[in-house]
Amino acid sequence: MGERRRIGETGDLVFAGLCRGAGGFVLLLLGAIIVTLFIGGLPAFRAFGVEFVWGLNWDPVEGREEFGAGVAIFGTLVSSILAIIFAVPVAFGIAVFLTELAPPWLRRPVGTAIELLAAIPSIIYGMWGLFVIVPFIQYNIQLAFGEQLAALPLVGFLFQSNNFAGTSLFAASLVLGIMILPFIAATMRDVFSQVPPVYKESAYGLGATRWEVMRGVVIPYTRISVAGGIMLGLGRALGETMAVTFVIGNANRIATSLFDPTNTIASVIAMEFPESLSGSLQQSALLAIGFLLFVISFLVLATSRWLLRPRLK
Amino acid sequence: MSATTQAPAFTSDPETRRRLGRRRALIDAGVRWFCLGATVVGLLFLASIMATLLWRGLAALDFIVLTQEFQPTRYGDDTLPKGGLVHAIVGSILQSGIAILIGTPVGLLVGTYLAEYARGSGFGHTVRFVSDILLSAPSILVGLFIYQTVVLPTGGFSGIAGALALAIIVIPVVVRTTEDMLQLLPNTLREAVVALGAPRWKMITLVAWRAALPGIVTGVLLAFARIVGETAPLLLTSFGNNVLSTDLSRAMASLPVAIYQQANSGFPDLIEIAWSGALIVTFGVLAINIMARVALRPRK
Repeated sequence: MGERRRIGETGDLVFAGLCRGAGGFVLLLLGAIIVTLFIGGLPAFRAFGVEFVWGLNWDPVEGREEFGAGVAIFGTLVSSILAIIFAVPVAFGIAVFLTELAPPWLRRPVGTAIELLAAIPSIIYGMWGLFVIVPFIQYNIQLAFGEQLAALPLVGFLFQSNNFAGTSLFAASLVLGIMILPFIAATMRDVFSQVPPVYKESAYGLGATRWEVMRGVVIPYTRISVAGGIMLGLGRALGETMAVTFVIGNANRIATSLFDPTNTIASVIAMEFPESLSGSLQQSALLAIGFLLFVISFLVLATSRWLLRPRLK
Repeated sequence: MSATTQAPAFTSDPETRRRLGRRRALIDAGVRWFCLGATVVGLLFLASIMATLLWRGLAALDFIVLTQEFQPTRYGDDTLPKGGLVHAIVGSILQSGIAILIGTPVGLLVGTYLAEYARGSGFGHTVRFVSDILLSAPSILVGLFIYQTVVLPTGGFSGIAGALALAIIVIPVVVRTTEDMLQLLPNTLREAVVALGAPRWKMITLVAWRAALPGIVTGVLLAFARIVGETAPLLLTSFGNNVLSTDLSRAMASLPVAIYQQANSGFPDLIEIAWSGALIVTFGVLAINIMARVALRPRK
């Protein structure tokens, strides 16, 4: 009996150690990714100093190499924020429909269909965007209304562009918005359905309409988690690579118009890294912007988790 | 809340009350139509992607695509042989399979640690946090990481580097489903096993894992569906290859990378093949997802 107990204890020690070790390995992995990207980017940080972060030039031609992350960071942030602006209202509508309006038999199939949008690989969004969304923007928006839009007071410059290819900041934001739609909609649906029915029933009992219940009860009750869901979508959008690479036009200049081509950190890495020479300053600059992307994504994702923490418990 | 609830109570004039009621009903109807419209728009995107894939993908999908290696474009000369994607299909299955074999045990142990050992512990919270960050972190950065740590030291792009990059993506997916599934088990089950005198590790491996098995398997399937479509990390690690190769020490083709390269080639016949590859990947991924959902559906 004593013998068996000892075997059991050793087994417990070994197994618990294995599990804990695997947990530690995950921590090490994240640390190793950050450190590796930073070390790889060090030559570029040394060569250009802090100015690397906002420098606008990106010239990989040998002899006059100069690199700055400004355009890519600007493109990454602006395309992701625009994607959020496109996605949030639609996601909200879907979440309300699925929790409050749809008849019960319709909820599961529609919910599943929306969730399947999240399973489609990034590259498929890229091809679909290039063959469907880009021509749509080119012909049905830019060529059809471009001049009228550019003539608008104050906001006209947003639509004033001499790029008529359709591949643009606008196309990238639209595709990104569709890609993050299911993530935001799923979070909203889950937190909306966690509101205690008694709260809603009390408001209905007072004669409130569905919209008044949403605005007065459901949204105030869930607003922090909703913000967390939006941040999660933002975090996803920042690092999206293939879809953006297909439709953004890949030009290293600040987009002043929605119809201008530009680039993002992820798209620059995907376009240039496979063809860059190992050990070159260009490769180091690409690793350096990768490090910056990691820092930005980490901050956004950490914020998202912090906002969603009441739900995680 | 204030504006909407106080108005009816303080208004005695029937005409004002009627008008207010109509306004509230109108706003409510407007919001309902908006929500219905948003859902229809969301479903239309899915339908449009599916329709585009079927329309363009079926045009070139045939036996040759599934059995032949890459061939250069035959644009303008139909006598040249037609190419296919078999090298990419084999490469994808190989790299994804190895990634699952590497990533699943690690993810399973981490998930077990979080659910069975680390409830409420500070280290456990950190691990859970980091795993969740990895789950949503940009996958191209994983590619950069493996490029620096595997591709550079070994002297070139390789299938094993691709598999390792994908394995890093597998881990957090398996962690999440394993932890969730183990959390669902009733504590009375654990207590019953331990009360019989079984050590904790036997309780976990022989009872808890077995009880949670369907959920864990589903998590692994979802991880497979996720990595089979990953392009960016493979572009920087296994790079792609135009011939059928099972040599893990050399550059290896994969379906997403082959699609990317042929879609950007500019030749209509190669773009057609890319579309048929896209059709294969997407329907494979969606089929796995639907199966996983059916398996996880709570039974009544």
